[in-house]
Amino acid sequence: MTGRLLLAAALLFLLAFLASPHSFAGLFQPLIRPNQPAIYTQTPLWSLTLSHLTLVALAVSASTLVALILAVLVTRPAGREFLPLARTITAVGQTLPPVAVLALAVPVMGFGAGPTLVALFLYGLLPVFENALAGLTRQPAQVAEAARGMGLTARQRLWQVDLPLALPVILTGMRLTAVISLGTATIGSTVAARTLGEVIIAGLLSSNTAFVLQGGMVVGIIAILIHQTFQTLERMAARRIGLG
Amino acid sequence: MIEIRNLTKIYDGTAAVDDVSLTVEKGQIAALVGTSGSGKTTLLRMINRLVEPTHGQVLIDGEDTQDIAPHLLRRRIGYAIQGHGLFPHHSVARNIGTVPKLLGWKPEAIRARVDELLELFQLDPAAFRDRMPQELSGGQQQRVGVARALAARPDLLLMDEPFGALDPVIRAKAQHDLRDIQRQLGTTLILVTHDMEEAVTLGDRIAVMDKGRLVQYAPPAEVLTAPATPFVRDLVGQAERPFRLLSLTPASAVARAGQADGAPIPRTASLRDALAECLWSGRDAVPVEGGGIVTLAALRAEAAPTARAAE
Amino acid sequence: MRLDRPGLLFALIGLAGLILPFAEFKPNRILAGEGATLAAALPLGVALLFALAAMFAMGVFRLPAILRLTAALAALLAVLLAIGAAARHLTPEGDTLARVSPASGFWLLLLALVLMLADAVARLRPGLMLRGLLLAGAVAAAWFLLASGALDQVSTLREYSVRREVFLREARAHLLLAFGSLGLALLVGLPIGMLLYGARRLRGPVLSVLNILQTIPSLALFGIMIPIFSWIAATVPGAAQAGVSGIGVFPALVALFLYSLLPVVSNTLTGLDGVSPSTRDAAMGLGLTRPQLLGWVLIPLALPVLLAAVRIVLVQNIGLAVIAGLIGGGGFGTFVFQGLNQTAMDLVLLGALPTIALTLVAGIAMDLVVEGTARRRQEA
Repeated sequence: MTGRLLLAAALLFLLAFLASPHSFAGLFQPLIRPNQPAIYTQTPLWSLTLSHLTLVALAVSASTLVALILAVLVTRPAGREFLPLARTITAVGQTLPPVAVLALAVPVMGFGAGPTLVALFLYGLLPVFENALAGLTRQPAQVAEAARGMGLTARQRLWQVDLPLALPVILTGMRLTAVISLGTATIGSTVAARTLGEVIIAGLLSSNTAFVLQGGMVVGIIAILIHQTFQTLERMAARRIGLG
Repeated sequence: MIEIRNLTKIYDGTAAVDDVSLTVEKGQIAALVGTSGSGKTTLLRMINRLVEPTHGQVLIDGEDTQDIAPHLLRRRIGYAIQGHGLFPHHSVARNIGTVPKLLGWKPEAIRARVDELLELFQLDPAAFRDRMPQELSGGQQQRVGVARALAARPDLLLMDEPFGALDPVIRAKAQHDLRDIQRQLGTTLILVTHDMEEAVTLGDRIAVMDKGRLVQYAPPAEVLTAPATPFVRDLVGQAERPFRLLSLTPASAVARAGQADGAPIPRTASLRDALAECLWSGRDAVPVEGGGIVTLAALRAEAAPTARAAE
Repeated sequence: MRLDRPGLLFALIGLAGLILPFAEFKPNRILAGEGATLAAALPLGVALLFALAAMFAMGVFRLPAILRLTAALAALLAVLLAIGAAARHLTPEGDTLARVSPASGFWLLLLALVLMLADAVARLRPGLMLRGLLLAGAVAAAWFLLASGALDQVSTLREYSVRREVFLREARAHLLLAFGSLGLALLVGLPIGMLLYGARRLRGPVLSVLNILQTIPSLALFGIMIPIFSWIAATVPGAAQAGVSGIGVFPALVALFLYSLLPVVSNTLTGLDGVSPSTRDAAMGLGLTRPQLLGWVLIPLALPVLLAAVRIVLVQNIGLAVIAGLIGGGGFGTFVFQGLNQTAMDLVLLGALPTIALTLVAGIAMDLVVEGTARRRQEA
C-alpha cells in the first residue's frame, strides 16, 4: 500500500514538474554556480519527455511485435531448424553493449532519431524474444497434451493456450526492454536524437549539475513507473493462469 | 465398437507397439495394463491419433480413423490424462466447455451441459462454475478433467492413468464414481493403468501389454485364474491373487440360505469385504442384506477356483 | 539432398553482401567515400567472389555441421584478409590521408558468416572443453591476424596506428573500470547478500533501493557522480592529493559499482535460498557453526549462481564503461564519443569494436565457468 502511495506521489510530482518546471527552481538552486540557470530551457522539458517516450514506445512495440512473431515461428514445426541459431543469437546479442550498438547504427542511419530507434529496436528484440521463447517452450506437458487430445488445431492451441499461458513471461520481457530502452535513449542525444539525454549532456558540457539531475530524475521516475506498471500487469496475468 | 487391427508403432527401428489387435464392445471398459515402457500409452494415443501408427488400423463403429482429420477425430473422442491437464487460465466452466465450443454449440447449450456434468460429478455448479483450476483440490481437479472429457457426449472415452495423481482414499471413490457414470452414460471406455488392482476393479476386460505386445486380453477372472504367461502371473501377484478374485464377485451372488449373527453386509459388497468382515469379527459366516449368508467355506471355494478344478 | 532453411537465409544475406560495395575509398577520414565491389576492390576479387558464392550455395543443402563450421571459418578468414588486401590495393601509393573502410557488403558478409558459424556450433553441441578451445582459438587467431599487419591499411587500424599510446592507456582504463567496479561490488555486495539471507525483513527495502538505482539512466548516474566527487575532493582533507576529483576515473568507477550491486546482492540471495532446507538442517545437525555453515555448505553450493552474477556484472560493466568516455573517465568510450563528435566513423569503430570483442569474450568465457561449476555441483 505504501508502495502504491509512493508511486502515485512520484507520478504527481513528475507531472507537476513537467507542467511548470520553474516552480521547482528552488529545489535545484543549491546545485548551481552563480549565473547558471537552474532549469533547462533550451527546449521545454515536457516536449523532450514526449519525444523520448514516443521513441521508446515505438521501439518497444516494434521489437515486441517482431520478437513475438519470430518466437512463434521458431517454435512451430516449420521453423524449428532455426531454434538453435535463434538461441545462440539471443544469448550473444544480449552481451553486446547498447552504446556500441547505437554507435554502430550511425554509419548506416546517419545522425538523429533513426539510429537511436534502430538500436533500441534491435536491442529490445532480445529480452522479448528470449522470454517469449521460454514461455512458449516451457508449457506444462499435460496441458499441451490435453489441448491436442481434445482436438484443438495448431492455430487454436497457439491462440487459446500457448500465448495466454506465456503472457506473464512475455510481459517480463517487455518490461526489461522498456526499462533498458528508456535509459539507452538518453544516450541517443549524443547522436542528436531529441530525448531527455539532451538535458543531461547540456549539464555535462556546461558543468551544470542541476541539468544533469533534472534530466536523470525525469527519466528515473518514468523508468520506475514503467517498471512497476509492468510488474503489476505481470502479477495480474500470472494470477489469471494460476501462478500468482 | 472399437476394433484395433494389427496396430504397430516403430520408433527408431524398435517396435513400441507390436502388431496389437483387440476389440472393445460398445459400453464396455477395457483396461490396458503393463509396466512402464510396455507400449500401453502409445497404443492408447494411436486411437485418437496423438501418435500416428506405423501400420495397422483403428475402426470406430466400422469407420477407419485414418479417414477423419485428426483434430476432428479427437473432438469426437473424450480424453482424460493423469494430472488432469486442465487449462490453468480458464475457469472450470470454460475448461469443461472446450470441446462443445470447438464443435460450435450454442452458449446456452454449453452452459446447460456444464451444469449437468458438474451435478453428475457431485460438484455444485453455482459454487464451482467460475472457479479457477488451481482453486480446486486434487480430487476435484480430476473430476473436472473427466467431466471435460465427457462434455461433448463422446461415444468413446480414453483415459491415461486418470487417477495416478490421487491419494488412495480419494482414488477408490473416484474409481467407483467413474464406473457408475460410465454405466449410466453407456460410454465405451479404454483406460491405461499400471495398477492391476484398478484394472480388476474397473475393467470388463483386461489387456495385458508386455514389451509392445498384447500377451492376454480376457475378463479379469480369467486373467487372475489363468494367466497366459509368467509375466502376467507376476503382474497379478501371487499373494494378491485370491483377494483380487474375491473382489470381483458381489456377496449377493454366492449368498445361500442360512442364519448368521451380527450386522449384515450390503448386497453390493464384494466377497473380499465379506472375508474381511468374517476375519475381523471372528465369525464363520456373515448375513447379507435382504437375506442369505456368506460362509468362510464358500469364500474359500471362490478364492481358489484352480484348486477346486483340480479336485 | 534436403534443403537447409537456415542455410538459405545465410545464402541470401551473403548474396546481398557480395553485391553491395565491399570497401569504401575516402580521400580523407571525414569526407564521404565511394564504394568498390568485391570484384573491383582487390586483385583476384572475382575469384574470391565466386568461391564465396559457391560456399553459400553449398550451405543451402544439408551437410554435416563440422563441414559447415570449417567452411564458414575458412570463408571468414578469407573475407578478413580480403579487406586488408583491398585497403592496400585501393590506397594510392604514398597517400597518407586517404582511407579505405569496410563497406556494407563487407559487414553483411561478416554477418552471414558469423551466423553460419554460430548455427554450426549450436548444432554441433560442443562440450565445455571444445567450446573453451574454440574461444581460445578465436582469440588467438584474431590476435595473430591483427599482429601480422595484414589489416594495417584498413581505416580503423590506421586510426589505431596514429594513437597507439592513447589506445593502450584507454584500454587499461576500460579494464580497470570494468574489473575494478566488479571487485568493489563483490566486496560490498556479497556481505550484504549474506546479511539479507538471515534478515528477511530487510530484504524488501534493500532490494527496492538497489532496483531503483538500476533504473536511473547510466548517463545521469555518471553525471551526478561528478559534483559529488568534486565536493569530496574540495572538502575531505587529503582526498585531492589521493587523486580524487570530479573528473577522471573515480566518478565512473563508483557509478559502475552502484549498478553492479543489484545483480550481486540478488544473486547471492537466490543462490543461498536455493540450497535445500534438508541440506542446511543436516549440516546444522552435524554441529556446524553459522560461519562454518556458510563457508562449508552454503557458499560452495551457491557458487554457480554467484558466478552467474559475476558474468552479468562483467558484461554489463564492460558495456557501460563506454559512457565514462562522456565524463572524462577514460576507456574506449573516449574514442566512440570523439568519433561521433567529429563524424569520424573509423574512430567510433576503434572504440566500439574492442568493447564488443571484450564483452563477447568475457560473456562466453564466464558462461563456460558457470556451466563448469554447475555441472561439477551436480556430479558431486
